[in-house]
Amino acid sequence: MPEQKIIEIEVLRYLPEADQAPHSEVYKVPFTDDMSVLQGVQYIKDNLDGSLTFRWSCRMAICGSCGMMINGIPKLSCETFIRDYYPKRITVEALANFPIEKDLVVDLSGFIEKLESIQPYIIPKEPRTVEQGEYIQTPAQFAEYIQFTSCINCTLCYAACPQVGLDPDFIGPGAMALLHRYNMDSRDGGQAQRMELVASVEGVYNCGAVGYCSEVCPKKVNPGNAVNINKINAAKDYFLRFLSPKGGAK
Amino acid sequence: MKTRKRSNVPIFWLLFGAGGMMAALFGPVLVFITGIAVPLGLLLPKNTMSYENMLAFSQNFIGKGFIFAVIFLLSWHAAHRIFHELHGIGIHQGAVAKLLTYGVAFIVSLIAAAILLGLGF
Repeated sequence: MPEQKIIEIEVLRYLPEADQAPHSEVYKVPFTDDMSVLQGVQYIKDNLDGSLTFRWSCRMAICGSCGMMINGIPKLSCETFIRDYYPKRITVEALANFPIEKDLVVDLSGFIEKLESIQPYIIPKEPRTVEQGEYIQTPAQFAEYIQFTSCINCTLCYAACPQVGLDPDFIGPGAMALLHRYNMDSRDGGQAQRMELVASVEGVYNCGAVGYCSEVCPKKVNPGNAVNINKINAAKDYFLRFLSPKGGAK
Repeated sequence: MKTRKRSNVPIFWLLFGAGGMMAALFGPVLVFITGIAVPLGLLLPKNTMSYENMLAFSQNFIGKGFIFAVIFLLSWHAAHRIFHELHGIGIHQGAVAKLLTYGVAFIVSLIAAAILLGLGF
């Protein structure tokens, strides 16, 4: 039998009620080549320290709950493999730019509020009755927004965004990608309602066009693109509102 | 629903965008002509940037407009970029940062306009 390989995993631990500040602990974890970083962390919890706390669910990069800073880069720990780091040590920390709730679990309430604020649902252009039948959409209209539906709310883009780090009120990349998804849907008529947020001081102009959000996105949503398209939309709204009969968004 | 304050950034962002476009289109070739080709006598005639030529260029309506557009837009572009980079390195968007960036761009624009108009047509 081949020799058992051991990797060192350094985990940022923090219990706000008991600890003054977060501190690191190093664990020696035996692993096989098919093991993800998530499985490594699960090994620690099952065998070395049962108090270690982290979120996970699907193990297949679709639930978006196991995001962590792995060697300083926001990643889904379920699709990041230990073998790619061995024999170097792996550092695992809670997602950057969020308050830590415990160990690797972050407080997402700010993000959830932002998500609600974009009105993430179709606001019908013309409401239809059941008798009128379904909304018809062409493949070309579908293609306009499909990319932005792939967001799994993993918040890796928030951990990557330097502007979110500087100003937690910034609406941020993920919520903007989803806002754009609804704006681009041919069945939706809510763009003017959502413009108030897009054009506000918390809106798109906080973005410095770094693009790291799109780089770390595990679903290739390209939130940076959504933000930048909406800078143009907000600029149009800023100047054209004087010409629009309704006066544009408030 | 909470009421939100509209951002005034679009004004500065559009100047920034226009300046970026000007910089990309004309920046390198201006550096080449004024900094390399003319001083070294490459490609262009020796007197390309002589006083008489430049004066005529800046007294021409289109030449005047071009010089102003380059100076005006590039300085607002630079101001916006420096302002945001200051924020990025932790110097936050107070009145001082605004004065040092947009204020300077404003003064540069005024001086450019005054000189260009003073040269006559």
